[in-house]
Parts: sequence; C-alpha cells; structure tokens
Amino acid sequence: MTTLPQTTNKKLGLVIDLDVCVGCHACAVACKEWNTGAYGAPLSDIDAYGAEPSGTWLNRVHSYEVKPEDKPAQIVHFPRSCLHCEDAPCVTVCPTGASYKRSEDGIVLVDEDRCMGCGLCAWACPYGAREMDMDAGVMKKCTLCVDRIYNDHIPQEDRVPSCVRTCPANARHFGDFADPDSAVSRMVAERGGYDLMPEQGTRPVNKYLPPRPKADAMPASGGCGSHGAQAPATPGGLLGWLDRALAVLD
Amino acid sequence: MHPALSVIVFTTLSGIGFGLMGLLGIGFGGDTLAFRWTAVVLAYGFAVIGLLSSVAHLKSPARAIHAFSQWRSSWLSREGVLSVLTLGVFGLWALAFLFMDTSIGALGIAAALLALVTIFSTSMIYAQLRTVPHWATWLTSATFLSFGIAGGLLLLAWLLALFGEEGTRRASQFALVALLVAWGVKAAWWRRAAKATLISAGSGTGDATGLGRLGGVRPFEPPHTSPNYLMREMAFEVGRKRARALRRVAVWAGAVLPLLLVLLATYASLAPAALLLIALLVHLAGMLAERWLFFAEARHAVASFYGIGQADGAVSSRAML
Repeated sequence: MTTLPQTTNKKLGLVIDLDVCVGCHACAVACKEWNTGAYGAPLSDIDAYGAEPSGTWLNRVHSYEVKPEDKPAQIVHFPRSCLHCEDAPCVTVCPTGASYKRSEDGIVLVDEDRCMGCGLCAWACPYGAREMDMDAGVMKKCTLCVDRIYNDHIPQEDRVPSCVRTCPANARHFGDFADPDSAVSRMVAERGGYDLMPEQGTRPVNKYLPPRPKADAMPASGGCGSHGAQAPATPGGLLGWLDRALAVLD
Repeated sequence: MHPALSVIVFTTLSGIGFGLMGLLGIGFGGDTLAFRWTAVVLAYGFAVIGLLSSVAHLKSPARAIHAFSQWRSSWLSREGVLSVLTLGVFGLWALAFLFMDTSIGALGIAAALLALVTIFSTSMIYAQLRTVPHWATWLTSATFLSFGIAGGLLLLAWLLALFGEEGTRRASQFALVALLVAWGVKAAWWRRAAKATLISAGSGTGDATGLGRLGGVRPFEPPHTSPNYLMREMAFEVGRKRARALRRVAVWAGAVLPLLLVLLATYASLAPAALLLIALLVHLAGMLAERWLFFAEARHAVASFYGIGQADGAVSSRAML
C-alpha cells in the first residue's frame, strides 16, 4: 500500500555530523558493497571501465565551500542519502504499491517485484535519494540496511547500517528518533540537528548536525598572506633582556 | 527534467483523444455513419496511442498491471484506472451511437466527465510535485485540460468538414475560442514559470544543504566523476539550449497559424476540410514543442545539490513571437 502509516512505532534513521565528516566516501563504498550482495537486485554499473562510467549508488558525498561574510571559506563534506521521511512523497506517488513505509520502524522500502520502473518516485523525492538501476530496471534506494540491523547471524556491533559501521570519523550515527532518550535524539537536541528542505513538507527522519562555529578561525583579513604584516611581539627570556637593553641605547 | 519522447507523445495525444471523446459524448456529433465511425476510431486511436506510448518509458513494463492498484494515493494510478474506465464507458456509448443510431445522453455525459477527470489526473502527475517549481501550480492542470479540449475541437471540426456535416461552422468557432483560452492559460503558466526558480521556492543550494545559514554555499567537489541517473533525469541541460527557438515554434505552430487557418476555413470558406487538417497537424507540431519545453525547462530541487540551474526560470514571455 502506498498510503503512509499514521504513526510508526519506531523512527529509525541516521544522524550525520557535518562537523566531523572528512569526505572520504567510505560510507558510499561500504553501502555499495553491502547492498550489491544483499536486499534486492545488485547495484549495477554501466560502462564501468569505459569513458563514461555510471552506476547505481544509494549514498553520494558532495563537498561544498561555505563562505561566511566575515571569516575565511571552509569546506563541508555532505553525504546525501534517503532520509526515510515521515511524509514520504516517493511512497504516495507510486502507482504500483512497490514503494512503502513500514509501520513498525518507519523504514521506506521498494518491493522490487512490483516496481515497473516509471521513475515517478525519484521525481517526487527532493533529495535525489532514489536512483533507477539501469540493468535491473527497478528503483533502488537506501534500505537502512534492513538486512543487517535485525540480523541475528552477525555480531551485535555489526547490526547497524553499513555506512555507520564503516565511517572512520564517527560522523554517522544510527538510532530511534521516536525515543527522546536515544543517543541520536540527544545528539540532535544538543547540537541543533536540522531537517533538509523543510519547505518540501516531507518531515525527514534523518537529521544533519551543522558544522560547529569555528571560534578560533582567523579573521578574514588574516591568512597566509598577512603573516609578514604581523606586529612583532615583545619577546621574553634572554631575547627580552637584550631587547630591553638595546632599548636603553635606542 | 528529461523530456522523454514517450511522455511528450502520451500527454499531447491522449489529451486530444479524451477531448474528442468528451465532445462526442455531449452531442457534438455529425449525422453520417462515415463521420461517426471515423470520429470514434480517431478518438480511441489518439487516446490509446498516447497511453501505449507512456508504457514505452517504463523500465519494467511487464509489471505495469500493478499500476491500477494504488488509486487511493497515487495520481498516476488514478490516471490509469480512469483512462480505462473512460475508454469503457465511451465504448458503450459509441456502440449505441454507431449501431443503434442513438446517443444515450446519460452515458455520453458520463463519458465526457470521465474524460475530463482523466485529463485532470494526467496533469496532477506533474502538478503534485513540489520538487519541480514550474509544475507545482493549478495552472498546469488548467493547461492540460484546455489544450485537450482545444485539440479535440480542432480534430472534431476537421472531421465534420471532411464529411460535409452541418456542425462544421459551430465546431470551428468553438475551436477558435478554445485555442485562444488555452493559449491564454499557457501564457499565464509561462509568466509564472519565468519566476518560479528553485531559489524562489526556497530550494537553492544553501537551503537544500542547510549550510546557507553559515554563508554563501557553492559546490567544491562533485560526488561522482561522470553524470548519473539523477543528473540525466533531473538536471537535464541540453533541452534548454534552444528554449527560445522552441518557444517560437510552439507559439507560431501551436497558436498563431492554427488560429489563422481556422479563421480562413470558417469565414472565407476556402476548402475548409484541407485548411482544418493543416491547422490540426501544425497545432500538433506546436504542442510537441510546447510539451518538450514543459519538461526541458523545468528544474528539479535535486539539481540544487549539484549547484545546477537554481536561478533558472522559463524563457521570458518577451521571447514568445
């Protein structure tokens, strides 16, 4: 059914910490690896070794330059994947019933046996979270590693999405947003976690933590070029004594 | 957005086919059997070729049967259900019209209403998408409906003229009015689309990433080295290059020439059947250009993540003629 559940018992999702992400793309690669051998059709690559390689990925890492008015520019790495929205427009537009949101944990999934590959869900998603697999002819999206998080056959510490498990910087966190005391909920409350494109009315579950203010950053007038213009500080120690002694003669 | 030929053909032809069904249903018919057969076959032909064409853009068309199941939530599913219903009800009406020489009023009106609702649901597939600021307006539905009716009237006028039916003049006059109304609506749609950018919708790069609160945001490194599905489908660049030229083709072929030809056919009575046929064909060519631009000029919110076309509206209305 492509009508959305009124409420979900859990709201499983991710917190992505933009302050910590180093843009290494390990999450994207780990995602591709796991989801090629797991749920549904493998994530295909077209012309993988040719001039125009193109493939299906469920996670993409952008890098942006952010330039505050009075500070130097900074780089922010920005992983982009499905946000498992509460008002998921990709689900309600689906004509076949292939797209659905689970009432037990809020995960948005595609039943590939019903998907006719019309692509309307990808048009409805503002986040570019859905990519058509050009080999299998079905829509692919993040499953929140539904085949890991409930998997009794793997060690407890592996029962998180592959991207979270692999992130070397600990920039990705997995948890239940319906529980206000969960680690992810607390993180969002403490750090001012925000929704992407709230104007779209999708009520995303995943949250992004903003880069921390760079309090120690040099002012815009500083930077490499201005080192020579620094006023000489008064030295201490032996040099300081020499300095003062010479000042007498000055 | 990627202007897939199958979807362009689908929206134009099915609109005209359902338009003609509606007009026949409310009694715009002629008396000769030849007219009746040709009109019914053409109405079906336009609608069915349009619908079949839409199947061509599916990646797994064998599963299309499931598309009739989600009418509670999905406009695309409603469109599928309603078009089959319309074809069925119109078919019943047409049986009586062709074989018993009667037009069953209630059935005809039901077919006409269903035809209108079908065109409306086609338009809602696009108008419902908040992700595409050009499309997310009631004017999109008004455009699809008025062009469906205008195209249907043009087709009807030509058929009536072809078989020397009495109603030719009346249908031509209606076609003139409908064309003017439809292009008036389209002009309003274009005026709005010129300003409906991603930035004005609050979905520019700074808004999309939420980083705009820190300062100016621009892409530094792309997430992949060559274009992917998202960029081909939703950050389509090629079609915009010739937008001004295509806008002129749409207006001249879709509006100006058909209006002149219908005027000549109606008031100068110069070979009306031939002139109306040319008007119809030229109008169809103009509509293909109009629909191409409908897709190619539209910007999708996901393009903002790639820093593409956040400030792009449709070509200004000053470039129309």
